[in-house]
Amino acid sequence: MNHRLLAGVATVTIGAALGLFLWGDAYQLRLGTILAMYIALACGWNLIGGMAGYPSFATAAFFGLGAYAGALTQVKGVPMVLAWTFAAVVAATVALAIGWIVLRLRGHYFAIASFALVIVLREIVTNWTGLTGGGMGVSLPMLQTSVVEQARLFFTAQAVLAALAVTVSLFVASSWLGFALQCVRQNESAAGMLGLDARRVKAVAFCISSAILGAAGAIYASSIFYIDPSDVFDILLSVKPIVMAMLGGAGTVAGPVLGALLFLILEQTVWASFLSVHSAILGALVVALAVFLPRGLFGRRLRRRLA
Amino acid sequence: MIGQVLLNGLLLGGLYASIAAGFSLVWGVMSVINLLHGTLVVLGGYLAWMAFHFLGLHPLVALAPVALLVALFGAGLQASVLGRVVGAPVLVTLVITFGLDLITRNGLLLGFGADFRTIRPSWTLGTAEIVGLKIPLDRTIAASAALAMTVALYFLLRRSWLGRAIIAVRMDRDAAALMGVRVQHAYIAAFALSAALAGAAGALLGLVFPISPLQSDGYLGTAFTVCVLGGLGSVVGAVAGGVLLGLVESVAGFAFGAENASIVSFVLLILLLAVRPEGLLGRRGYA
Repeated sequence: MNHRLLAGVATVTIGAALGLFLWGDAYQLRLGTILAMYIALACGWNLIGGMAGYPSFATAAFFGLGAYAGALTQVKGVPMVLAWTFAAVVAATVALAIGWIVLRLRGHYFAIASFALVIVLREIVTNWTGLTGGGMGVSLPMLQTSVVEQARLFFTAQAVLAALAVTVSLFVASSWLGFALQCVRQNESAAGMLGLDARRVKAVAFCISSAILGAAGAIYASSIFYIDPSDVFDILLSVKPIVMAMLGGAGTVAGPVLGALLFLILEQTVWASFLSVHSAILGALVVALAVFLPRGLFGRRLRRRLA
Repeated sequence: MIGQVLLNGLLLGGLYASIAAGFSLVWGVMSVINLLHGTLVVLGGYLAWMAFHFLGLHPLVALAPVALLVALFGAGLQASVLGRVVGAPVLVTLVITFGLDLITRNGLLLGFGADFRTIRPSWTLGTAEIVGLKIPLDRTIAASAALAMTVALYFLLRRSWLGRAIIAVRMDRDAAALMGVRVQHAYIAAFALSAALAGAAGALLGLVFPISPLQSDGYLGTAFTVCVLGGLGSVVGAVAGGVLLGLVESVAGFAFGAENASIVSFVLLILLLAVRPEGLLGRRGYA
């Protein structure tokens, strides 16, 4: 990775974030919050889906789990930041337990199991009315500050998480773990034959990925003050990060970040102008992407320069 | 009481089998998990509703035309878009079928809205009672028709030239091409068959349940679970898995309450994937 380029990009991004923090209005801050959340989700997914090549659809499962863990502890009176941390820990723990089962599967079977995980968790949360409020959802404690101050707070939280996600990705990509994940992606059997404990490597990546996703869910829950199962366990939350990562180039560090930015721009322009057919347009985008650009817009170049 | 629960499960299972058989065919032949499958079922339901509402046709009468229309839709998708990505990585095919699903679902939502539609023919057969069991006759006919279609698929794949060609392509694409099978045509035929079964199942389900775009996720989940239960790659597996899932959901609904039935079946799915991912009757290839 080119260090001068990295330093330049980091400086510009931090400058933009700081500018937004100081002078942005509530709407701009909210957009920035969504962008940061998308970056965190795409980077989180990328650790297992891109780097290890495991087609996970479980993003919504850990996002929703984190959202509920954070929301329920906050309702009990736990301070916000502590609740977010707790959510990350819960998501990582569940990922460890579930990963032990599902990470043995490959290809289609892993995809299905991760898909089913979203549905199982959504159904459990919906039906466990005593703990979660069921389909009625959970209302979080309101903050006694102005709208702009709240927007600033949640923007900061998601931005810090996004920065953390990117840093972790960079660290993983340049470490032994990233190399091991790449081996798993290219040929897991051969990697195992050479003495790589593929299962442990995958479990570590799945855990880190889920912690990021869970924290993003918890911050999201705090920022909108009300969650229900169909909102935070929405399967679109699993698919959007995949599209973002593929848009930019899955498996690279910069790809998901660029993809998230591009996706948000597309989403905002499409959303604003074609409300009744927005999901069809999103679908058409997804199909075109998969047919014409399976490696992403910047995939090949990024792989050569950064990976 | 237990007898009644088992009977309901059996009737549900027949319909599940026909949904899963088509899903399994596409997965087995093209290694594409078709996330659109649930929506094809719903599309069949809407077409049957239109036939009933505008033309006054009973869903059983409209079954063949509905299946044909959905098959044409499927063939069009396969010929235009899906044919390009057969053999692509899992992620690409999953994302592409998800995209097609978004488009189709949006179309259905624009055309029909989110309201539930129901098909209530003026004549119903009512229920018969045999040795204390209440047998809903319409549902029985729907389940039998679904099973009959599934059996027809089995014989089509076993006996007909078309079926043998599809299976040949599944076993060895290049060898089949050398023997004169047009591979892309075989794929189109396989997808069209799968869509026809989905559409017909949708029409039959319209007799039993209300029709709404919201149900496609449920049908897709059903297809997944049945395939994993029964094993990928065989019609027999789809029937066994379908009946088993119908029974499990029915019994679980009776024991833990209807709202928990789907949790039981999905937990079963994950456990089964962990223990025996090839399914109870699974085998390689499609026969």
